[in-house]
Order: sequence, then C-alpha cells, then structure tokens
Amino acid sequence: MLDFVQQLVSGIALGCVYGLIALGFVLIYKATEVVNFAQGDLMMMGGFFGFTFIAMLGFNYWLGFACAVLAMALFGMLAERVVVRPILGYPQFSIIMVTIGLGYFLRSMAGIIWGTDDLKIDTPFSTGVLRLGSLVLAYDKLSVIAATVILCTLLYLFFNRTTLGTAMRASSENMLAAYYMGIPVKRVVSIVWAISAAVAGTAGVLLAPITFVHSNVGLVLGLKAFPAAVLGGFGSIPGALVGGVLIGVIESMAGFYLPQGWKDVAPYVVLLAVLLLKPEGLFGLHVRKKV
Amino acid sequence: MRFIFKTDYEDDIRLLPHSGYIWTYGTLLVLLALAPFMFSSYIMSQIVFVCIYATVGVGLLILSGFTGQASLGHAAFLAIGAYTAGYLQQYDVPFPVYFLGAGLLTGAVGALVGFPALRLQGIYLVIATISFAFIVEEILARWESVTHGNEGMRVKTLSLFGAAIPRDSASFYYLCLGFLILIIVGTLNLMRSPTGRAFIAIRDSETAARSMGVNVALYKVKAFAISAAITGFAGVLFAHKMTFISPEMFTLQLSIEFIIVILIGGTFSLHGAVLGAIFLVMIDPFLTYLKDDMPGIIAGVAATFGASKATASNIQSNVAAFASANGLKGAIYGVIIMVFVLFEPLGLYGRWLKIKLFFQLFPLYKRATFKRQKIYVKSERNR
Repeated sequence: MLDFVQQLVSGIALGCVYGLIALGFVLIYKATEVVNFAQGDLMMMGGFFGFTFIAMLGFNYWLGFACAVLAMALFGMLAERVVVRPILGYPQFSIIMVTIGLGYFLRSMAGIIWGTDDLKIDTPFSTGVLRLGSLVLAYDKLSVIAATVILCTLLYLFFNRTTLGTAMRASSENMLAAYYMGIPVKRVVSIVWAISAAVAGTAGVLLAPITFVHSNVGLVLGLKAFPAAVLGGFGSIPGALVGGVLIGVIESMAGFYLPQGWKDVAPYVVLLAVLLLKPEGLFGLHVRKKV
Repeated sequence: MRFIFKTDYEDDIRLLPHSGYIWTYGTLLVLLALAPFMFSSYIMSQIVFVCIYATVGVGLLILSGFTGQASLGHAAFLAIGAYTAGYLQQYDVPFPVYFLGAGLLTGAVGALVGFPALRLQGIYLVIATISFAFIVEEILARWESVTHGNEGMRVKTLSLFGAAIPRDSASFYYLCLGFLILIIVGTLNLMRSPTGRAFIAIRDSETAARSMGVNVALYKVKAFAISAAITGFAGVLFAHKMTFISPEMFTLQLSIEFIIVILIGGTFSLHGAVLGAIFLVMIDPFLTYLKDDMPGIIAGVAATFGASKATASNIQSNVAAFASANGLKGAIYGVIIMVFVLFEPLGLYGRWLKIKLFFQLFPLYKRATFKRQKIYVKSERNR
C-alpha cells in the first residue's frame, strides 16, 4: 500500500512536469490553433538562460529566475515574429513543420553554444525533503507541483476573466472576425507566444535540478507532454494539468507494476486509446462543423 | 510556347502529353542506366540512397500530399518492412517472396493504422502517427526473439535466383532504380484512376467528396495501406543497403526526414519526392565538404582581403570548430525546414515550374500566379 502511495505521489510530481510543458502547448493552441512542436525546446532554452544568469553571471536565484523568464518571453516574441507570423493563416501543417524546424535549430544551437554536458543550477530547493509520515517528497519536486498549480490557476483566470484573454479565445475561433471586431490579432498572437515561452522558461528553470540542463531535455519531455495535452483536451488549461498528472501517474504505475519497457510506451498507448474513444479529450469542446 | 490541344478525356490523362516528354525522360533514363560506369562507388551508394528515400517519398506523397493525411510515423513502416525482410531471410525464404511479404504485411499494418485515423484530423492525426511510431520502435527493442532487441540484426546479402547481389554492386543499383521507376509509374497510373481522383477529392474537401458519393473511410484506409506498403518495400531495400538494422535507426528523426523529403521537393507532384530525396541525401556530403574544405577557403578569402596570417589561421580554426560541432546537422535541418516552409512552400519542383513559366510568358510573368491563399476564417477545431 505504501508503495502504491509513494508511486502515486512521485507520479503526480512527474505529471506536474508534463502538465507545465503541456500548459505551453495549450496556451498557443487556445489562442492561435497552432501546435508548437518546439515547446519542449523552448523549455530547454529557459533552462540554459537560467543557467547563464544564475550559475555563469552569479545572480541571486530569484533575480536570475525572473531574468530568465523575461528573456524567454522576449525570445518567444522574437520566434513568433520571425517564423510564425509570415505563415499565419496558412494550413496547420505548415506551422507544425516550422515549429519542428525551430526545435531542431534551437536544440543544435544550444548544443553548440552551451556545450553538450549536463549542467546544473543550484537552487534553494535543491536539497531537503518533505516527510509526511513515511512518505518522502523532495522540495524540488514540490516546487514544480506548486508552480504548476499556481500557473494553471492564473492562466485560467486570465483566459476567462480578462479582456485580453477573451480576445485570444476570439482570435483562435475566427481570426478574420476577431480582426473585424477590432482585436489586434497579430499583437495577440505575439503576446500569447511571449506568455507561452515564459511558462516554458519557468518550467526549464524549475526542472533544472531534477532533469539537469542539456540540449536534448526538451525533446524527451516535450514529446511526453503531448499525451498530457491530448488527454486533457487540447484547448483546456485545467485539462493540461489533469492530463499531465494522469500521464505522470500512469507512467510511474506502469514502471512499477508492469514489465520493463511499458513505462515509456504506456503514455502513448493511453494517448492512442484516448484519440480513438474520445478524440476531444477529457475537457475539450466537441464541436461539429456546419456545412 | 507549346499548346496541347485536347479533344477528349484520353488526351487529358495521358502519361506523356507530348513528344518532349519522351525525349527528356528517355535521356534521363539512358543517363541513369549509364551511371554505374560514370561515377565512383561512393556517389553510386548515395544514388542508391536517393532511390530508396525517393520511394518512401512517393509513398508518403500518396498519403500526405494527395490524400491530405499527415503522417509522422513512416519510419515505423520502413522498420516493419526492414525487419520482416531480416526475419524471413533467416529461414532462407527467397527474395521475391519476402519482398512481397514485407510489402503486404506493412500494407496490412498501414490499413490497421488507417482505421483509427479515420476519426482524426490535422494535429491529432500527426500526434497519433507519432505515438504509433514510438510504440513500434519500443516493440522492436523489446521483442527480442524476433528482432534481437537493441543489439540489432544482421541482414545477409541479397540473393536473387541464386545470384548474389552485394549492396554496392551495379545490380543492386539497378534493382533500386527499377523499383523506384515501377512505383512512380504505378503511382502516376493510380492518381489518374478513380481511386486517385477520390484521394485528391478527400484532400481538397472531405465534406464535398462525401457528398459526391466518395466513400471517405474506404479511400482513407486505402491511402494508408498503399502508402505503408510502398514504404515497406523500400524498407526491404533499405535493410539490404544498410546490412544491419537496429531500433534506433527508425526514430522520429527518420520520419521527419521523410517529411523533409516531400516538403523540400514539393508536395503536389511526384517530381517532388525525387528532388527532395536528392537534396536530403546531398546534405551529408555537403557537411563533410563544409568540415574539410570550407575553413581553408574562408581563411584564404580573409587573407586576400588583407587579414594578417595570425587572423587568417584564427578564422580558419574558428570556422573549423563551428563546422565540426556535433549538432550542426540538426541546425541545418531546422533552417532548411523553416526556409522552405516560409519562402518556398511549393518546394524545389515548384521553383522549377516558376522558372519555366517565367521564360514561357517572358515579359508577362506575374509573381502572384503561385501565391498561396491565406485562410484566416477556418477553425480546424470544428471540422
């Protein structure tokens, strides 16, 4: 029983990591109907920015964290301006390919600039564990869980309660109509990329003590975040969190109870099953097109 | 400028609309037939890879280009073909049998993937095919009694009717080339048949196709099966060319390379698959060239512009360090993908058509002729 609970807790912690990355997917999808395959690599860049500010330039952790997130927001805007805006309004597949290309580019550039070794950032959470009875949870994982929940709540409120959030939802549903209603669609897209990159940057810095910082970290985690986003329903912010946690728990349970090899496949098996049975996900909207 | 006057449907669907085609493709065929006598074995080996990649490209074009169903899982189909060949070969099954068997098996798997894909569109289909490829990759790594797991599998020399065909012989080249030509002609015929018309109708508008009486589900599954079967055949040739197969050869990276092939070549014509394959296979020799010769050349240029000897050698070592950096290939892939999608969405073949039209219409060419339509209105979420 204790094993089960411990697996459950570590699964939730792992799931929040996926949820945090899936949040980035969901944001961009929700606002522009684009799926950003480079999301994991943006997270990786966030980790490297954090490393640069905290370990190389010797900033205080929180100041370095803020600088890294800000730098990522600017970087996200730059990426949007250079590669995404010119093909806004073209078929989805073009944009998917562009973000795949962007991911390749960022990965290899990060490898060339920062080297291919595993880098580490010292954080206030790096050491120490929380003990609840006989349960053990490291502070660094706790920080990821807290950040995911806080970010999810904030972004959910942002999308549903603010004018800008409403504008984002409107422009995803019908770009042209949103434009006619006076929404500056291009700026909206630019802002959402900034937010999404900032979320990715947060994830990157928070994950640095857990996964370390190297150029391929985004590829692995980014691909695991897909099942999370799909399971939750691609356009739903709470869905990203729930989907992430479910995938994390499934993965950690499969690693513990099923034969070797299932751990890596289980998320994708679940993903295929979800796509087959309920393609709109747990929290997604099911809409039919009128002809 | 040549005007082709068409009087009936037969004229419209001809494979060779006019005599010019016979001359150009005839010359190309003769040159390809003579290639083993003209080029070094290294170049011939690259050309064989071009043939294999182009075959996969044609398969992917049928699915993604003509039927409009994106797939990022074709490496899995290639793997199934390659492993079927490797497995059956252990039991001394003759080449024609396991070649056909691999294609049929891969086609069947493709049809099985096609059924669930019926409900999926756009991004969901992409994610589903990626997951399928992951699962296949993991199965290959774990099903050790058949695939030898991560150790990989040796593939013996191909033998056809008792004669051995080593992987770098001219006969192997002719085999790959012949198969590519067979597939291309077959696909051309397929695309001018009712099936091909149905594929294109589904790509252009699924709703319209359905209301015209096209059985969308049936044709989507057919497209998946045909595309997978062609990729499976290519997998057999790939296995024989590599002589060694292991699960880490068939990753998402390879699937993306196949997409790059049709993206660079152009997704609307079979020419695109061949041009894209040539381009992709050329990247490796180009990188080698970049590593070996470019630093010296750049330093030489710097020296002629008056840089001192120390600066020149400094530049040389810097460029060399950059060119031999591990991840450079990834960066080049990334830049190529982005540049083609942003600036040349119709690919190399589209560029060729533009150049041709420019000279045909000489002073009257309009840039807008090939401009893509932007669609701001459509939400792919509620299709």
